[in-house]
Amino acid sequence: MINSILLYPLLFHFFVAIVALFFWRDTRIQRVISVAGSIIALFLSILLFREVWYNGIITMQSGNWKAPFGITMVADTLSATLVLLTNILGVAIAIYSSTSIISERAKFGYFPIFHLLLMGLTGAFITGDIFNLYVWFEVIIISSFVLLTIGGEKPQIEGAVKYFTLNILASVIFLTAIAVLYGLTGTLNMADLRLKIALVENQSLVDIAALIFFIGFGIKSAVFPLYFWLPASYHTPPAAVSAIFGGLLTKVGVYAMIRVFTLLFERSEFLDNLLILVAVLTILSGALGALIQNNIQKLFSYLIICHIGFMIAGLAMNTTVAFTGTVFYMIHDIVVKANLFLVGGFIYRLKGSYSMRQLGGLYQSHPKLSLLLLIPLFSLVGIPPLSGFWPKISLITAGLTTENYLLIAFIIFGSFVTLLVIAKLWSEVFWKESEPISFKANFKSFHSMKKKEQFSLVFAIALLAFVSLYIGFGAEHIQNLSSRIATELTTPQLYLDAVLKTK
Amino acid sequence: MKTLILKTASGYLLPVLLLFSVFILLRGHYLPGGGFVGGLVASIAFVLHAFANGLENTKNLLRIHPGFLMPFGLAIAFISGLAPMFLYDLPFLTGIWFDEPLPVIGMVGSALFFDTGVFLVVIGVTLTIIFTISESA
Amino acid sequence: MEILLAFLIGILYASGIYMMLRRSLVKLIIGIILLGNGANLLIFLLGRITKDKPPIIPEHSKVFLDGFADPVPQALILTAIVISFGLQAFAIILIKRAYKVAKTDDLDQMNTTDEYA
Repeated sequence: MINSILLYPLLFHFFVAIVALFFWRDTRIQRVISVAGSIIALFLSILLFREVWYNGIITMQSGNWKAPFGITMVADTLSATLVLLTNILGVAIAIYSSTSIISERAKFGYFPIFHLLLMGLTGAFITGDIFNLYVWFEVIIISSFVLLTIGGEKPQIEGAVKYFTLNILASVIFLTAIAVLYGLTGTLNMADLRLKIALVENQSLVDIAALIFFIGFGIKSAVFPLYFWLPASYHTPPAAVSAIFGGLLTKVGVYAMIRVFTLLFERSEFLDNLLILVAVLTILSGALGALIQNNIQKLFSYLIICHIGFMIAGLAMNTTVAFTGTVFYMIHDIVVKANLFLVGGFIYRLKGSYSMRQLGGLYQSHPKLSLLLLIPLFSLVGIPPLSGFWPKISLITAGLTTENYLLIAFIIFGSFVTLLVIAKLWSEVFWKESEPISFKANFKSFHSMKKKEQFSLVFAIALLAFVSLYIGFGAEHIQNLSSRIATELTTPQLYLDAVLKTK
Repeated sequence: MKTLILKTASGYLLPVLLLFSVFILLRGHYLPGGGFVGGLVASIAFVLHAFANGLENTKNLLRIHPGFLMPFGLAIAFISGLAPMFLYDLPFLTGIWFDEPLPVIGMVGSALFFDTGVFLVVIGVTLTIIFTISESA
Repeated sequence: MEILLAFLIGILYASGIYMMLRRSLVKLIIGIILLGNGANLLIFLLGRITKDKPPIIPEHSKVFLDGFADPVPQALILTAIVISFGLQAFAIILIKRAYKVAKTDDLDQMNTTDEYA
């Protein structure tokens, strides 16, 4: 049955997690299982992507209960792309963490939980049922709590309290929104919801439900007044964990927002204005926050917020071109942000500090590695022809056609500040004379590692750098992909047909 | 808690409660009950035993760490979901049933195996949580 | 009944948020629990309440004999309860750990992560 291919990446991650759980005590075997499992899962998600690319939307009714009664799994091009990206990150981070996660951490179940997190992400991207989306969100946050707190250092625990509180609050708000929506329509299937929502008499209640969804997803995706948990927690865990968080967790929120506001709800002027306002303020606060940071990982955390604003800006403009920009930016951002956190962790391995003031002279001591680290940094800035440049063209074009000059101004402002921040980071960390930094006790620096371990760290970064180079130089392909996704998003009829009329 | 009555009673309650939890598990498909509730009842049996006789005794009784039930439970549930996919080419989690009812248990299908998996996972998780909390107290 | 439940849900949400805004870690957890219960009851209420008609097909029958309560909200609540059970267990262990590490249960003093370093 060809439709089952939809579930393979998800089920395979579950399988890997179970197998890794069986080897609870032996972290060496877990490392091997994790790397091998991620590579196979990547292969499976490439198969899924191929299938969707050539044959269109795939749906699967789990338990053979027909839509809209059962839980439907849907892979349209957006879902398949995101699943593919999740698994690319999965491979890179599994390879990176197979070396960087010390056994004291790994023995608390790092690797099984890592795969459960990837399973949750995959599930959230392919589900076609709003309550099932809630369940996947919970799978994601439970696994991320564990990953965040493994190790139990003071900053980690304190960051986790903040992360935990706001994410649970987001889940409760999301659940409330589902309750309201279910009360209004009596269905949970997203395709069916679109049809039923249009029939609801009291449309102002629908608007309220939409706003509650917006707040819930807003916390998850760290938009302007709701982002404070992110810079408080993302720099505390090991770099590999930060990388998967920074790359994917906020993007799940953005994905959910895109899904809900293109498929479920008709857009109103109020909502558009709200999205524009939020986008502008998110870019502004993320950019200003990034300007003053000294800790590299924290600086990247603020840049995440800043660039979430770009995606929300595209969503706010609500045209095919704008969606193309949003999706392209998301594809670029997932790869590059994850890589940046890996780079931060790598710099820490080399020099033993995250502080920009203390760091320095990296270019002098490691010129070749510096050139590798340069790729994600400059991709983020978007120096043409690197990957960050292309989506902004679509975003600004969309801004010109819809006459949202405020958004254009802030997108340019955000890019400019990103350039400034990265230039500052480059001159501080790579060019400046370095101070001698004393290593912490039992700190395992890059130079004291075996050749094989050194190779795996560099390989993970190089893999993601290669992908971001491909996004930059093969921008034509990604642009095609994004515009196809944008077309699917603006014509939800395709999605409805695929879900409700199969068999 | 050191009371003779509870200590004596817990010795009898443990098997009764475990039997009851299996009963709840088995009736779960058509009537109220099921793996989750059954698992909770089973873990309550052990928690009660731990209350009366101390954590160490319960651990000795269990022999294995309850956390080891988790991968087994997950694996059983996972396989029961996969079975229709690979045996009959039906979607994931479709219920498949044996033709003849078994004595005592009644109709057996993949749903029962799924519930058994849930049962084991719930016991494993609940006991791990409770043991962890009471150990560090 | 519906009116009563509506008030109850309102009180649960309000007191949950009030508790979350306190500075104590323990009150934070209590707030989360109250909010979660409020949300579960909200699903129950908005799924329409049908009394005395459990959605169980009687024995020796193939279909429902008369009207029955919508089973979906109940399934949703059960799922949500199971999830919040896991989350709350985790939360309690987390705050215990946080209390041990930070040696305070005042959230305002947990500001290591905001230090400029």
